[in-house]
Amino acid sequence: MEVLLAFVTGLMGAASVYLLLSRHVVRMLLGLILLSNTANLLIFVAGRLTETRPPLVPPGGVLPEVPFANPVPQALILTAIVISFGLLAFALVLVYRGYLELGTVDSDRMRVAEPPLPGQRILPPEVQGEARSGCR
Amino acid sequence: MTALLVLPIVVPMATAVLTLAVWRHPGVQRWLGVAGSAVHLATAVGLLAQVVTGGILAVQIGNWPAPFGITLVADHLGAAMVLIAAIIGLAVAVYSVGDVDCDRQRHGFYPLYHVLLTGVSGSFLTGDLFNLYVWFEVMLSSSFVLLALGRDRAQIDGAIKYAAINLVSTVTFLIAVGILYGMTGTLNMADLAVRVPQVANAGLLTAVAVLFLVAFGIKAAIFPLFFWLPASYHTPAVSVSALFAGLLTKVGVYALIRTFTLIFTHDVGYTHTLLLYVAAATMVTGVLGAAAHYEVRRILSFHIVSQIGYMVMGLALFTPLALAGSVFYVIHHILVKTNLFLVAGLVARRAGTAEIRDIGGLYRAAPFLAVLFMVPAMSLAGVPPLSGFWAKLILIRAGLEAGVWWIVAVALAVGLLTLFSMSKIWLEAFWKPRPEAAPPLVPTASTPGMVVALYGPVVALAMLTVAIGLWGAPLMELGARAAGELLSRDAYIAAVLGRAP
Repeated sequence: MEVLLAFVTGLMGAASVYLLLSRHVVRMLLGLILLSNTANLLIFVAGRLTETRPPLVPPGGVLPEVPFANPVPQALILTAIVISFGLLAFALVLVYRGYLELGTVDSDRMRVAEPPLPGQRILPPEVQGEARSGCR
Repeated sequence: MTALLVLPIVVPMATAVLTLAVWRHPGVQRWLGVAGSAVHLATAVGLLAQVVTGGILAVQIGNWPAPFGITLVADHLGAAMVLIAAIIGLAVAVYSVGDVDCDRQRHGFYPLYHVLLTGVSGSFLTGDLFNLYVWFEVMLSSSFVLLALGRDRAQIDGAIKYAAINLVSTVTFLIAVGILYGMTGTLNMADLAVRVPQVANAGLLTAVAVLFLVAFGIKAAIFPLFFWLPASYHTPAVSVSALFAGLLTKVGVYALIRTFTLIFTHDVGYTHTLLLYVAAATMVTGVLGAAAHYEVRRILSFHIVSQIGYMVMGLALFTPLALAGSVFYVIHHILVKTNLFLVAGLVARRAGTAEIRDIGGLYRAAPFLAVLFMVPAMSLAGVPPLSGFWAKLILIRAGLEAGVWWIVAVALAVGLLTLFSMSKIWLEAFWKPRPEAAPPLVPTASTPGMVVALYGPVVALAMLTVAIGLWGAPLMELGARAAGELLSRDAYIAAVLGRAP
């Protein structure tokens, strides 16, 4: 089972790297999502897979009954899932906003913050509002 | 004692919550922000004073004994980093009062700012690898929003690149943590320091070390992983990019120093030699990149990359003097680089543009501003008697003592090129006459309050640079102590685990 999961993790990692290398920003985002799930699966496998009881302390006891499953990887994965969910939701909104503002999802053509490609015309950035007055 | 260790994290967190509570009143948020930063600075001073007099401090959060719970540790390096972060936090908070526009203030600049400081302080104080990951995420999520906050199209462009590459970095970090946990069964850094030498599979361990190098290297912007930095740091509000320039990459450097002195010392011949080549390449590419640009903040961004090379060089040489030099360099660099970004903001305000070819004539029109630019710029280039001279001197001497001549040659050449780059800004923006077509200069600030807010932090940071240059001995002593603790890890391990290793 561990070997099988290790191969699955490797396959997911390879697929996510392939997606990350795309110039299409949405594909790159999908690659990031896949990569963060790869990491979660990897932590799960690294914590060893065993057929055991859940790590719960029985009533009146002090320690869980041995053998019990390692709870640490599960806690780590739970934390990582929550964090990556938040960050990827933000990244999705950012990419959508980027599409609205820049009119493209091709990362090679997103060059407002960098010197443009030869022959590429880019609209000048809008002037920043200086309006600090009335900010109470 | 215990409170001292927790307060530098709790104070900015509380400030963030308080500023959120007065969301509709940016005026109140401004003052809360400055006051919170001042209290943060006071707690950081207290922490460093305690560490200097009483040695390494460690607290087990929730009273779980060491390898099981989360530990907070403050050694000399951690406490010094917290202090310097708090100084920058206060300086930029004051500057932001005059700099950040109303729109950004209304959309949560201050809460995010303090969440960022929370993440930075937490990263410096944690003694647990997974906890470090969480603090990185706190820092990263607030930095994403700070970078995208505003109405500038370039910001969205920069933020997409910044977010994408930094997300890859955090996942790499997570993967490395997972594999390391699988091999050792612990995440506590002191416990890892004990258990890692017992791991049989040294090859896999080196592979994990390189994974950490990649993860922290992206954060620290080392060669060849730095491309997100010059693509994004010049886009947000000046206060935001000054804070980022000062603190964020240096958290990456701190994490590199921590892991490659405490945990991964099993194969110094491989990992630290790799670091040395990376350091040289980082120095050279950064400074050459800067030569090609004419936008002030973009030039300065490339110089961040180049300067990171020096810090990594100290870590790579791995001698007491070299590590002390690294610590000295990090502290000097944070002060100077933040100051340069703040001055760049003043220049852009005065001239109405940040393209140095279009500025000119500032020396005649604003001599005081010219002096304020000259001090950190010369310090960055390493001109005596400013702080940068001593930082470079220590590292170069360490390189000579270690007998690695080529890295010394590279460091000296890059120092010269940095001077060239700073004089380019000086000549274009300050010295040459103002171009005929250029619009008239405008005053930087409209009210006396704004003058104090904008110039006060710049003057204070410039004075700190000069002070370190003239009285560098105490900081050098601090660096030497930090290096001693990093190299003989027993004190750190004993403080965390409560027993000798």
